[in-house]
Amino acid sequence: MVAETFIGMTIDQAQEEIVSEFSLLEGDQEMTIFYIMELGQKMPPFPETARTEQNEVKGCQSKVWMTAELRNGLMYLQADSNTAITKGLVSLLVRIFSGHTPDEILNADLSFMKKIGMERFIGTQRSNGFAAMVKQIKYFALAFQVKNA
Amino acid sequence: MVAAPAHLDVSKIRAQFPVLHQQVNGHPLVYLDNAATTQKPKRVIDALNRYYEGYNANIHRGIHTLAEKATRAYEATREEMQRFIHARYSEEIIFTSGVTGSINLVAYSFGQAFVQAGDQIIISGLEHHSNIVPWQLLCERTGARLAVIPVTDSGELELEAYRQLLQNKTALVAVNHASNSLGTINPIKEIIDMAHQAGACVLIDGAQASAHLPIDVRALDCDFYCISSHKMYGPTGTGILYGKKEWLEKMPPFLGGGEMIREVTFNQTTYNDLPYKFEAGTPNIADVIALREAILFIQEHDKAAMATYEHDLLQYATAKVAALPGVRLVGTAPEKVSILAFVVDGIHHFDIGQMMDTRGIAVRTGHHCTQPLMDRYQLEGTVRASFAIYNTREEVDALAESLGRIINFMRK
Ligand SMILES: Cc1ncc(COP(=O)(O)O)c(C=O)c1O
Repeated sequence: MVAETFIGMTIDQAQEEIVSEFSLLEGDQEMTIFYIMELGQKMPPFPETARTEQNEVKGCQSKVWMTAELRNGLMYLQADSNTAITKGLVSLLVRIFSGHTPDEILNADLSFMKKIGMERFIGTQRSNGFAAMVKQIKYFALAFQVKNA
Repeated sequence: MVAAPAHLDVSKIRAQFPVLHQQVNGHPLVYLDNAATTQKPKRVIDALNRYYEGYNANIHRGIHTLAEKATRAYEATREEMQRFIHARYSEEIIFTSGVTGSINLVAYSFGQAFVQAGDQIIISGLEHHSNIVPWQLLCERTGARLAVIPVTDSGELELEAYRQLLQNKTALVAVNHASNSLGTINPIKEIIDMAHQAGACVLIDGAQASAHLPIDVRALDCDFYCISSHKMYGPTGTGILYGKKEWLEKMPPFLGGGEMIREVTFNQTTYNDLPYKFEAGTPNIADVIALREAILFIQEHDKAAMATYEHDLLQYATAKVAALPGVRLVGTAPEKVSILAFVVDGIHHFDIGQMMDTRGIAVRTGHHCTQPLMDRYQLEGTVRASFAIYNTREEVDALAESLGRIINFMRK
């Protein structure tokens, strides 16, 4: 599981980890995109049966599916996309957020996108889609929080 | 290296396009999205500046010197366009916002006067949404029916099916001269003649033809022909509707407002003569004036020589791209404008477009405003590279090299 590399890290530490990984690419756009796609390929396979309209994240140009579950008070995410770059992008979120409490997720401040200059190399369309994915994750967290309250 | 006709010096042509000389993401820009919009030569940009800096004024109504100068320049474009498409009369050239504006004008105005419930409107399976939706709206308004000429696997229209469709009472046939998604050049002379024999009018969407193919509306005998300036090296936001005078005279106005009237009272308004009847309000003066420079640019370089050069580029690109593993060409008609569309097995077109952008290569990905056509091929979209007169074989090499790298990466 990809998320393993981040187990035991806080959300902020995980973000820092991503920033330092990306800094190795020295801003080379093609390498960065290839790297993002590689991350996507390493995600655990998404169950075919979960690729439903209900699990689709609205607001992305590509198709994105996402599911969340709560185990021992910690939220775990799974995601997939029909395009390789978006799959790589969503994998970053899966890595950062999986294994944290809904509270932690709701309070998290995402700073890594700015630090790695994401908008510059994925464009506005995908950046908007990315924002929609983050929002979806926060909804999941909120729903679990409400249910547990 | 570049197999251009002797008198066509592509490096000299490139030098006239300021936008081409830049780096994108650290690589020289390779602009292959010309079917969406072409770049503009300096003379077009200069004409815009000259107008705004020298003689910006509203046209037709003023008697002062600037208004006179602006009016003359605006009307000069109409006359140049008349020559460009071989129209009989300059008043058959109506300035619109572009092809979309032109088609909507005809759908509304011709539709109002000449289309009744039960009539058929024929379009083709190759059409851009701009040449589908206005007709659907017309059908909703009038109770007419929309019929569609089917497309073969290679991307050609099935003329036998068209012949069958024409057996029903048909008011109008609307097809494109060349397809923006596949590049297919349609046999429009034949299509027009068949329609006329059946008593139907014909509108040709010339968006993808005006920069690449000869256009002679008299020889074609089409009733309407639509052009967008921005796809033929001119500014955005303008274009023309050519219409046969006898139709335009009988059609009611589309938009009401200034310029299109002769006399207005609260009881009755009489309309201006052609072409002004269809040019309500202050038009896009600057862009119309600059469009003349785009026409002159094409005329001076000789459209036939341009077409030969672009055809050579297309063949070169087609061979290179088709040779890569997993590539499937979409649109393989024998007669094509310089549009190369393809999909790659297992790689989404968005990913290809985005990865090419990192190398400064601009291609288009998606359904290209032709969703029904994509459905026909059961595709969500394609990657489309489209060439213009300033593109080179070196740029095709960059395209193929980038695609090769992407395929290698994704297949490992
Ligand atoms: C075949 C075709 N028809 C119509 C249009 C619409 O042209 P415009 O957006 O300039 O009105 C386009 C432009 O993409 C086109 O390629």
